[in-house]
Amino acid sequence: MLFRLANEDLGYDGDAVLHGISVSVSRGERVALVGKSGAGKSTLLSVLRERAGGDIALIPQDPGLVRSLSVFHNVYMGGLHRHSTAYNLLNLVWPQAKAQAEVRPIVKRLGLADKLFERTGELSGGQQQRTAVCRALMQGGDAVLADEPVSAADSHQSRVILSAINEVFDTVIIAMHDVDLALEFSTRIIGIKDAGIALDAPAEQVSRADLDFLYGGET
Amino acid sequence: MTALEVVFASAVPRYSAAVKTSLGFVAVAAVCLLFSDIAITTLDPWTELRRMAWGVLTPDFTAVAGLGMVIVQTIAFALTGVALGAIAGFMLANVFHVGPVRWACAAARAVHELFWALIFLQMLGLSPLTGVLAIAIPYAGICAKVYAEILEEAEPPAVRVLPNGAGMVSAFFFARLPDVWVHIKSYTSYRFECGLRSSAVLGFVGLPTVGFYLETAFSEGNYSEAAALMIIFYVLIATLRFWMRPKLIGIYMLAAPFLLGGGAAIEMTNIVRFLSQDIVPAPLRAGGLADAGTWAALGDWVSMMLTDQALPGIVATFLLTQVALVATGVLALALFPLISRKFFGRAGRTVGHVFLVVVRSTPEFILAYIFLQLWGPSMLPAIVALSLHNGAIIAHLLGRYSDEVHLRPDSPGGLTLYGFEIVPRIYGQFLAFLFYRWEVIMRETAILGILGIATLGFFVDSALADIRLDRAIFLIIVTAFLNMGIDALSRHIRRRLRLGAEAGSVQ
Repeated sequence: MLFRLANEDLGYDGDAVLHGISVSVSRGERVALVGKSGAGKSTLLSVLRERAGGDIALIPQDPGLVRSLSVFHNVYMGGLHRHSTAYNLLNLVWPQAKAQAEVRPIVKRLGLADKLFERTGELSGGQQQRTAVCRALMQGGDAVLADEPVSAADSHQSRVILSAINEVFDTVIIAMHDVDLALEFSTRIIGIKDAGIALDAPAEQVSRADLDFLYGGET
Repeated sequence: MTALEVVFASAVPRYSAAVKTSLGFVAVAAVCLLFSDIAITTLDPWTELRRMAWGVLTPDFTAVAGLGMVIVQTIAFALTGVALGAIAGFMLANVFHVGPVRWACAAARAVHELFWALIFLQMLGLSPLTGVLAIAIPYAGICAKVYAEILEEAEPPAVRVLPNGAGMVSAFFFARLPDVWVHIKSYTSYRFECGLRSSAVLGFVGLPTVGFYLETAFSEGNYSEAAALMIIFYVLIATLRFWMRPKLIGIYMLAAPFLLGGGAAIEMTNIVRFLSQDIVPAPLRAGGLADAGTWAALGDWVSMMLTDQALPGIVATFLLTQVALVATGVLALALFPLISRKFFGRAGRTVGHVFLVVVRSTPEFILAYIFLQLWGPSMLPAIVALSLHNGAIIAHLLGRYSDEVHLRPDSPGGLTLYGFEIVPRIYGQFLAFLFYRWEVIMRETAILGILGIATLGFFVDSALADIRLDRAIFLIIVTAFLNMGIDALSRHIRRRLRLGAEAGSVQ
């Protein structure tokens, strides 16, 4: 069991956004968190991150990039823990061929190969988002927690991004609002509505129509 | 409510806290002015002024051509000192949350670079190291503080997403530093400009920089040579961004230590004697430590130092500081329109810029020295020098700030615009700048004593002339505490009035 919450109230500064949440996620599960914006998906993700042990990669909604550094450096950052400090600093001032060879295929797959040495602060929102995904792919680890990683991508790019994530990570928890993508790339759907979990089922048992109620008005 | 209270309530407008504070400072300055000595004591200041003006109109660059090395050495001292200070400051900034580090930095920057120079002159003699350390130590203190503030203000989102085990050093250089690097760079280049002024002034205590030759030229009445030297200095500062290129800094840094010139060899015995004997209060040196009489004598010594020297020095320093602070504020408010787009066209602003650059590029110490030649020793030269220099700095910042004020299309012009639209909007910023400058003004006031004005520096200088180093160090420590006290007071007032400003731009 990688993540587990038992009947908890979640929120910021004692101001609960979600009530009575019980959820556990095992290794190998691909979970999509769906629900209207503001339903509490990000809150749930950040609590899961706080509680998780092990190597968890993170793709936050604010991409968390160092704007004055290049795509290469931001992606390389995902692998900081694998190298010595001296090697890291060397790559900061003088990107090594070996490190570039490590970063390039990841960046290429997400369509950023020609931006490798551009400052991320000068990229478009979608390119920044993909850079953040690349950083998580570079990091690898037991699981990834992603908050709307495809919100700024078109449907083709979204599929490229999500399949790359699924390929690298064994366990995936992604918050997203696109129901079709959720059904296509996940094994389990968790729907959030009215401050609680309104639906938690294997993806193959859920149809698109089953999820419509999540986006309706108050029930 | 009594009838009297009703009358007052209706007659006295309600002032904001900022205005009340300002009026309070003006009142204090007015009282201080009553007790200040502002007489002109020279017999014929006008003749001297005429000769100086003539010197400015006929600068003698041929004399300076032979002094090309002076300029090079002034730059070399500034570069080496600021570089060492900035590097040390950068390392200290990362441990700035540790109490003793913070206090040590506060103490380092509370002592003026000229005082540091006087201390190191006793230990190291007239060696290049004296000049370099005199700049590096106080600059390390101020850089540590400002860098720490810059690093603290930015809580980069990238830190949150780093993998576990990324390592502190890697995390710092990848996720923390890059996005604030530009601020650190711009603050350091501002510090370098300050370093050039400090380096120039160090000449007054004998180091081979601009100040040394300036003093010589002045004392010989050679005003054309002095004017040429100052003009070169202004050009140097005005063109800083053209010759201080990032790519060239490495070359400059390699060359600078070799251009500091030679000097007296450093004697280890001098250093040891200075630390173990010279600075020990005389009664402790004379008597045994176990003897009660020694300690009684020390008590007498301390109370003599406090009442005869420290107290009069503190009073004079305070009087001068408060008058100069208010004069600085008045000048800043009067001068900023000169460079503001709201008030003047292109041509007018260019004249304003040249005037402000010249005045703020001239160190207070040199301005005071010049006015002292004109008017003789009193507080007047110091007040005028301090308020001109600091007023020009704040006016420059205010002018830029006022350009950002958005006005409605039908806003008035001229004095109405100034009084009703601009000044009320920039007043908070103005006070923030002024209070940041307060400590700087006090530090400079103390040092101007070296020129013969009876502030703390005067007593330090006299003690050094008598080779009573214990007294000099005692007074320097008193000065440092006074500066730290003003710094704390200024911080308190800024917080109470909720004044914020980018600290880095004025400190």
